[in-house]
Amino acid sequence: MWEILQTYWLYYLIGQYPDGPLGGLSLTLALAALALVLALPVGIVLALCRLSPYRLLRWPVTAVVYVVRGTPLLMVVFWAYFLLPTLTGHTTDQFNTMLAALVIFDGAYLAEIIRAGIQGIPKGQMESARSLGFDYLRAMRLVILPQALRNMLPSLVNQFVSTIKETSLGYIISLGEVSFVATQINTQLLTRPAEVYLLLGLTYFVLCFSLSRFAFWLERRLAAGAAHPGTR
Amino acid sequence: MNSFDVSLLLSGQYHDWLVSGFALSIKLALITLVIALPLALLVAVLRLAPLAVLRAVGVVFVEAIRNVPLLAHMLFWYFGAPEVLPEPLKAWLYERDVEAASAVIALVLYTAAYMSEDIRSGIRSIPKEQMEASRALGFSFLGAMRLVILPQALRLTVPPLISQTLNLWKNTSIAMVIGVAELMYQAQQVESASFRGFESFAFATGAYLTISLAITGASAWYHHHHPVRSA
Repeated sequence: MWEILQTYWLYYLIGQYPDGPLGGLSLTLALAALALVLALPVGIVLALCRLSPYRLLRWPVTAVVYVVRGTPLLMVVFWAYFLLPTLTGHTTDQFNTMLAALVIFDGAYLAEIIRAGIQGIPKGQMESARSLGFDYLRAMRLVILPQALRNMLPSLVNQFVSTIKETSLGYIISLGEVSFVATQINTQLLTRPAEVYLLLGLTYFVLCFSLSRFAFWLERRLAAGAAHPGTR
Repeated sequence: MNSFDVSLLLSGQYHDWLVSGFALSIKLALITLVIALPLALLVAVLRLAPLAVLRAVGVVFVEAIRNVPLLAHMLFWYFGAPEVLPEPLKAWLYERDVEAASAVIALVLYTAAYMSEDIRSGIRSIPKEQMEASRALGFSFLGAMRLVILPQALRLTVPPLISQTLNLWKNTSIAMVIGVAELMYQAQQVESASFRGFESFAFATGAYLTISLAITGASAWYHHHHPVRSA
């Protein structure tokens, strides 16, 4: 396993870059980070619609969230791969296809996290913000969301872990992320699949385990802060 | 693209492919569920065992599996693991359905790791005096677990287990990467053979959604009939 890393580490980390597109582990991380950042506003809008008093907003968005959450991500990826070129008129590359699928999928999951986060803020906060003269959207933006998002930080880190794992599905549409690169290394070596895929598993493990520990630490820290507001 | 051709989905060769894929997906999910549940229970009890070594085994199992994507598990169990087996065993395995076997192993381990965490938090929500009282009455750890703690804990664990079953159902789709002819695989086969992607993906999406919504419905039903009571 060590020799494999010694030979292929650069390829494993950045793919063919700079002679080709960025790939490998860097692409996995870039894709996951970008997907989460873009999915966050989507999730906020969907969550606000799901909490809206207007049925016209609430019902369709609830249906969309249920449909996306009841469908495998792979299905969303296939739809994106198949429909995006039909809709936009020009072909979409694998990176943007995967990014679109992840933003839709994560947006629906984040919507539920954010909805719970907003519902966790005492109702008095909205009422006092409104009575101070804020309109609904400003009260949401300036009073509710900053508190809700802060409480949700550990969940967001965990969602980042899920997103890193989800990027592996880019493999299916030949996106050169780390699973795909591992498979290419395996094809070149031919005789050592157990080591190559163990290495792949270890890579994901180190990333995701450390991130989820960080989420755990954050959760405890925030809980401690909430228990002793003065120590924040 | 021409208009939506329903006949493709109602009869003929492509219809047969899709339906057989759907059946295989359901079979994969059921087989995995039947094996994963007892394994999850075992791991959950390990994580709460009085011996530190046993607890460590449980933690390593759960963390090592949950922090690696299912796709990487599939690749490892299909391409990697059989290679390190001794020759006769390997030959025996390759005569059989090695794709499906690898998929089931990956799905069982992945599902069991998640379910064991749900069961564990169910067990932990039972006040610890229950265990202490049972032990004081002369039950062994396992006896107390089986007769006092688990019957109460498992009832609380049903809703999260149902939502893990939903995840399992969606996760069966990843078996296509190692060539298991389940629903997603067949949908893609139909798409590449007939260029009727819209129809075949619509069929697959509808099929996934039907089962998913049924599972969600089961969860709502359970919630209605067994509301959470505070202990």
